[in-house]
Amino acid sequence: MPLSAEERREIEAEFPRYPTRRAVCIDAMKIVQRHRGWISDESLEDIAQLLEMSLDELDGVATFYNLLFRKPVGRHVVLLCDSVSCWIMGYDRLRERLCSKLGARLGETTADGRFTLLPIVCLGACDHAPAMMVDEDLHRDLDPEKAEQALENYK
Amino acid sequence: MEKPLTQHVRRDGEMLDLRAYEAVGGYQGMRRVLRMDPREVQQLVKDSTLRGRGGAGFPTGMKWSFVPMGPDAPHPKYLICNADEMEPGTFKDRLLLEATPHQLIEGMSIAAWAIQAEVAYIFLRGEYVESARRLQKALAEACEARYLGRNIFGSGYSLEMHLHTSAGRYMCGEETGLLNALEGKRANPRTKPPFPQVSGLFGKPSIVQNVETLCTLPHIVNNGAEWFKKLSRTADGGTKLYGASGKVKRPGLWELPMGTTVRELLEEYAGGMREGLRFRGLLPGGASTDFLTEEHLDVPMDFTAVQKAGSRMGTGTMIVLDDKTCPVGMVWNLEKFFAQESCGWCTPCWSGLNWTERTLRALEEGRGREGDLEKLAYQTWFNAPGNTFCALAPGSAEPLQSALKYFREDFERHIHDKRCPWK
Repeated sequence: MPLSAEERREIEAEFPRYPTRRAVCIDAMKIVQRHRGWISDESLEDIAQLLEMSLDELDGVATFYNLLFRKPVGRHVVLLCDSVSCWIMGYDRLRERLCSKLGARLGETTADGRFTLLPIVCLGACDHAPAMMVDEDLHRDLDPEKAEQALENYK
Repeated sequence: MEKPLTQHVRRDGEMLDLRAYEAVGGYQGMRRVLRMDPREVQQLVKDSTLRGRGGAGFPTGMKWSFVPMGPDAPHPKYLICNADEMEPGTFKDRLLLEATPHQLIEGMSIAAWAIQAEVAYIFLRGEYVESARRLQKALAEACEARYLGRNIFGSGYSLEMHLHTSAGRYMCGEETGLLNALEGKRANPRTKPPFPQVSGLFGKPSIVQNVETLCTLPHIVNNGAEWFKKLSRTADGGTKLYGASGKVKRPGLWELPMGTTVRELLEEYAGGMREGLRFRGLLPGGASTDFLTEEHLDVPMDFTAVQKAGSRMGTGTMIVLDDKTCPVGMVWNLEKFFAQESCGWCTPCWSGLNWTERTLRALEEGRGREGDLEKLAYQTWFNAPGNTFCALAPGSAEPLQSALKYFREDFERHIHDKRCPWK
């Protein structure tokens, strides 16, 4: 599916903010990902063409950044902080519970396509560790029960 | 006790909007500097002894002085706010971004004027979604009020300011990695020289500065260098946002005079260790700082004193290790982070950190061998400053080398017992 008029409009709206088209590429991929959940090979080609970049160059950027998804993800993305303060405050138990509850390991999507579980570095909520993000929401002061409950709200 | 940075943080957690910010004197500093010569502003900040709050502590006024000025200077020049807070254990800039975004915008405008930049970017980590919403709102308010854009306050000075939300990776917080990311490239570090002040973003003179540093500027402009120096207990001027996480009674964040001691932070503000736990050590300012222990509790937390004690103040948000947590496990967690976040540009980093991580994992899993500690010590040397383009690998060596020094017996027990004694 080619870029929609809306995606194209949103990407082009970024042009005046940078002196080169290439500089827009991360924003452009984030825009497409917001609309489609991830960035397919086809989307990548369309973006590369719009920004006058080579496909390989753009894929090199795409694969560098962990918040750009080059594979389909579930309806909700869970980012579980595995950095030091969360580790001290009980990350291991949290991960074990979430993995067993979801039947998915880190980096995997649940069989029903509802959640993708990903590791993330320090979320900057260390005084309320352990923490995780689900889509755009930050959840803090977690324990395995609270984390499990929090996921209930994402259908 | 004066708390210039956080005095107007709202208790309900909402942001200070433009009207509320102006009601407490907001944007007066910016009006003031637009009547000053940029060189005068640079001198004022030099006199204030302000040092960068991102971790390295480079003197702000001196950083500015390397930017070419005058009619022959290349244009546009760029002012970039590093809001990519991703140092493990660090949660200080989030508060300033969410609570007082206009304070940041004003600080950035002052810095931009001081180096005569026409374009400014806020480089924000992608996960700070709430910060992004509030910054967008604040930027829109400032543009509408014509505090940004063309001919600000009728001075003839124009400044555009943009928010860039990132897509992850610790490397983006490294000054030159950040510049590459803003240009739409992989966030690999760049060779220095040329330094960004001369040839930075898109090859133009650029200054990259931390959120807390920039937020300090309006207060220095309004109250003067002498006032700023007096806020501190030591020779590094100002207040500092300090924090504590780990198993202390009250983890949190506090704005206090620079030079507040480690003991005061740990015992008074963080309330000491939780019941039944003993203090073993702490990383004073993020993952890439050396451990401090009991013997360092009376060290004042400023750039100079912490360095003298064998560590770095870093971001000033400390991570506390208790006696029921395995120090080897903690260091393994840290080195796993660094190994994962290496961008792959320099060999000591991408190769060395993988060995470090694997060796620590083996120790934790009871597969440690004689000679492992020497191998780890060698890695800290291999990753020392001068062997890599950026500070990621040297930073990774800091907690490891100090852990080997202070917790050596614990490492040895892992090898000797063939298991982690904490498991």
